[in-house]
Amino acid sequence: MKLVIERREISSALLRFSAPIASIGVALFVAGFLLLASGVSPLEAYKEIIIESLGSIYGLSETLVKTTPLIFAGLGVSLAFRMQIWNIGAEGQIYVGAMGASWVALFSGIQTHWIMLTAMFFAAFLCGGTWAGVAGFLRARWKVNEVIVTLLMNYIAILWVDYLIYGPWKDPKGFNFPLTAQFSDTARLAEYFNTRMHSGFFLALFCALVLYLFIERTVWGYEIKVIGSNQRAAKYAGMNTGMAIFFVLFLSGAIAGIAGFSEVAGLQHRLQHGISPGYGYTAIIIAWLAKRSAIGVVIVSFLMGVLLVGGDSLQLLWQLPVAFVYAFQGLILFFLLASDFFIIYRLKFVKGGAHV
Amino acid sequence: MKKAPLLLLLVLALAFCLPGCSQQEKKEETSSAPAPAESKAQEQAEDKGIKAGFIYVGPVGDAGWTYAHDQGRQEMEILSYVQPSTFIETVPEGAESARVINGLALKGHNLIFTTSFGYMDATIDVAKRNKDIVFMHCSGFKTADNVGTYFGRMYEPRYLSGIVAGKMTKKNIIGYVAAFPIPEVIRGINAFTLGVQSVNPQAEVKVVWTQTWFDPGVERDAADSLLDVGADVLTMHQDAPATMQAAEARGAYVIGYNSDMRSFAPNAFLTAPIWNWGSLYTKLAEEVHNGTWKSEQIWWGMKENLVELAAFSSAVPAEVQALVTEKGNAIKSGTLHPFAGPIKDQSGKIVIAAGQIAPDGDLLGMNYFVEGVQGTISK
Repeated sequence: MKLVIERREISSALLRFSAPIASIGVALFVAGFLLLASGVSPLEAYKEIIIESLGSIYGLSETLVKTTPLIFAGLGVSLAFRMQIWNIGAEGQIYVGAMGASWVALFSGIQTHWIMLTAMFFAAFLCGGTWAGVAGFLRARWKVNEVIVTLLMNYIAILWVDYLIYGPWKDPKGFNFPLTAQFSDTARLAEYFNTRMHSGFFLALFCALVLYLFIERTVWGYEIKVIGSNQRAAKYAGMNTGMAIFFVLFLSGAIAGIAGFSEVAGLQHRLQHGISPGYGYTAIIIAWLAKRSAIGVVIVSFLMGVLLVGGDSLQLLWQLPVAFVYAFQGLILFFLLASDFFIIYRLKFVKGGAHV
Repeated sequence: MKKAPLLLLLVLALAFCLPGCSQQEKKEETSSAPAPAESKAQEQAEDKGIKAGFIYVGPVGDAGWTYAHDQGRQEMEILSYVQPSTFIETVPEGAESARVINGLALKGHNLIFTTSFGYMDATIDVAKRNKDIVFMHCSGFKTADNVGTYFGRMYEPRYLSGIVAGKMTKKNIIGYVAAFPIPEVIRGINAFTLGVQSVNPQAEVKVVWTQTWFDPGVERDAADSLLDVGADVLTMHQDAPATMQAAEARGAYVIGYNSDMRSFAPNAFLTAPIWNWGSLYTKLAEEVHNGTWKSEQIWWGMKENLVELAAFSSAVPAEVQALVTEKGNAIKSGTLHPFAGPIKDQSGKIVIAAGQIAPDGDLLGMNYFVEGVQGTISK
């Protein structure tokens, strides 16, 4: 007997739907043993995670707060993935987006609420887009690998923002601490229900809808899909692939940049170190799990939010070490990605001697 | 695929509807809210038990900053009316922390300590929504009616440890692994350097920034780079003991920080400026329990024993020990202040005039290096 991996001819809809759910089940089952070993009842813990992240207005609002930047960044990354362009730089694009929005908020002097927010939005959009556009240009013009360029530009972006908050943008009244001044009320998004949930969330949903229509209903979206599946065929069909690559990376970065706008205008109200605790990297996993679909990104981002917010309760209620929370979140992601594999492939036992 | 837009509309509709439904729920919630608040108040009136919560920036096992806070937490728990306290470790600084702090507030904690600078905005924000809870934020500058701040004059034992370093260096190159160029860290580097120069004006202090509080790998690299350029005494403003291990491996001396870390570098260890949070935490718990707590900005020093110099290792000669002990007593009695002028900055300009002592406000916002420091602060 031999075990071989075989590509499935078709993956049934049932399988595609049930595999991720089953994989979460398996992950919870495995994590359950870790919980038992720490003397915590797994069922109790899972119940608490759900209650914590969804069971109250407050919990739900926090989950949505967490979901918001993930949706933006996930949409940006998934758009590029559509065209087989690997934008690993969403983290940096979030930072420059936040920088652009903060620049408008701090120094433009605009007094009208909606003009201010619109200006901040477009500043973030352009900054994020330009940042990713550099990689797009290099890729289109000289075939420079965009994975390397976007990844390395993350560090430049983060250090650049550090430079600004330690230097020229530092709050003069902040005792030399590395923070910009707080934004005025003009530059803040609306908050709801006395929670931290802000209108950035609805903007994120709107973005998902627009992106969906763009991909599925426009000629440009069609071109992106064609170039993504076969670049040479696209060229043969007369599509300007170079322009499309630049354009897609620009748009991808611009959408990730909006996450920066939403974070500073909706949540942080100032620019500071660590405005994104790795949302740009989480976005890569999200885009992958969502199969690059805009709707999928919204759903997966929300699940991610539940996982991140609910994970806190493990520490809060049972004083489990933070390493446990990371291990728990890692297990779930691991099994989700594994399920992806089994949707495309299957394991088959073959009698000895059979070809592999 | 045709169904997808419908699905999205559904999601959108749900999202917009949720607030509507939730508002109703919220009304119910607010109407029922006073009940638990009352019972909580009654409970407090009966025994005024302290249920404390702590937010830590690193893991409790970091052997440094967070470890020292956790020791203080445990010391506070000795009080009979202090219930077992809760801590949450490795909480990211910034807006992210507000959720975790609020989590503690929702779970019935009535005294919450947030132990890193980056929790400042979040602490103020959560405090606004939880007026009946006392918050204490470590190292910040914002207060509110129910938010106080606390910190220690770590520059005092830093100055003393500088004297030890100045006496022990042979090559006159001392390495300083430092986290972020913020006033707290800069103040420590300056005090340390002033201590060094008070006994050894030839010695220079080289600073390497790591841009992290806790990252043993990065800290180790920074320490190694300082050893590479000839430093024979190291110290650090970091939460991990990586600098100690680097010095131990390369046969240099090292001065620790945060807690007595000599077990990480038995041969290299000289001494360490350390925190004793226990006495302060105990006092605050008492005040909240007795109802005498009020918002203030606490900045204790060696006199109150919030900060001190750890016991010397046998590598420090007796006369150096005696000198440092004498200076330490002078600091405690108030006759010696590390930041008494004349003090020059790196360019040689007098920043604190002779006969002057830098006021607390200047110390809290310190943004320049004194003469003798080799390094830059980005401006």
